[in-house]
Amino acid sequence: MYTMPVTIPITIRLQQDDFDVSHEIRALTHGRIDIGAVVSFSGICRGGAIIALTLEHYPGMADAEIRRHVDQAIARWPLTGVTVIHRYGRLAPGDNIVLVLTTSAHRQAAFQGAEFLMDYLKVNAPFWKSEQRPQQTSWVDTHHRDDDAIARWNAR
Amino acid sequence: MKVIYFAWVRERVGKAEETIDPPPSVRTINDLIQWLVGRGEEYAHAFEKPVVRAAIDRIHVKLDASIVGAGEIAFFPPMTGG
Repeated sequence: MYTMPVTIPITIRLQQDDFDVSHEIRALTHGRIDIGAVVSFSGICRGGAIIALTLEHYPGMADAEIRRHVDQAIARWPLTGVTVIHRYGRLAPGDNIVLVLTTSAHRQAAFQGAEFLMDYLKVNAPFWKSEQRPQQTSWVDTHHRDDDAIARWNAR
Repeated sequence: MKVIYFAWVRERVGKAEETIDPPPSVRTINDLIQWLVGRGEEYAHAFEKPVVRAAIDRIHVKLDASIVGAGEIAFFPPMTGG
C-alpha cells in the first residue's frame, strides 16, 4: 500500500449546473510537469425510455462521503490530483451526471484510482435517482453488479 | 434529535424531516425503527422492506449502532448515484 503522506490538488463539487470536462482537465493539469497520465470518467444520463432523471442527495454527507473515498484512493495509489463533480436535480438524456478525474505519473494508478472511485461512489455516496418515464416516475433500484464491483476491490 | 428521510423513505413517511424525542429505552437504530413503526402506518410502510440504510451525524452506520448522543439521524434507500 502507498502510505507516503501527500498533499495533492483535490476538487469535490456538488452542483446543479453542468460541467465542462476539458476545462476541468485543464484546471487540474495546467502548469504541472509531474503528471504523465490523466484519466477522465463521465457518467451520462441514458435516453431510451427515460424522459428525465432527478437526482436527490444528502447535502453535507455527500461531499464528506466523496472525500472519504478520495482519501482512500490517494492512500492506495500514487495519485497526483483528483477531481470529482456530481450533479443533482433534474437531468435530461445526454446530460452529464458525474465526473471523476485522476492524475498520476503513470497510467495504471490513474485508471485504477478513477475506477475505484466510481465503484465506491455508486454504492456509498448518498445520491438517489428517480426516473421519469412516459407512464410513471419511479426510484431506481440498486444493482447487484455494483456490489460485485466493490467486492472486487476488497479482494485485491 | 433530528431525523431526516430521503428518496422513497421520505415519500412514504410523508415528510423530509422531523424532531423526535424517543424514550430512553430506544438505544439503537433498530430500536428507533421499531419505535417509529409503532407511530403510524406511514412509518410501517417506509420501513417494511429491510433495505433501509441509516446514517448518524452524516456517517453510514449499521442498524445495531447506538443512537446515544446522536444529533442527526438519516434514513434512506440504498444509494443509486454515479
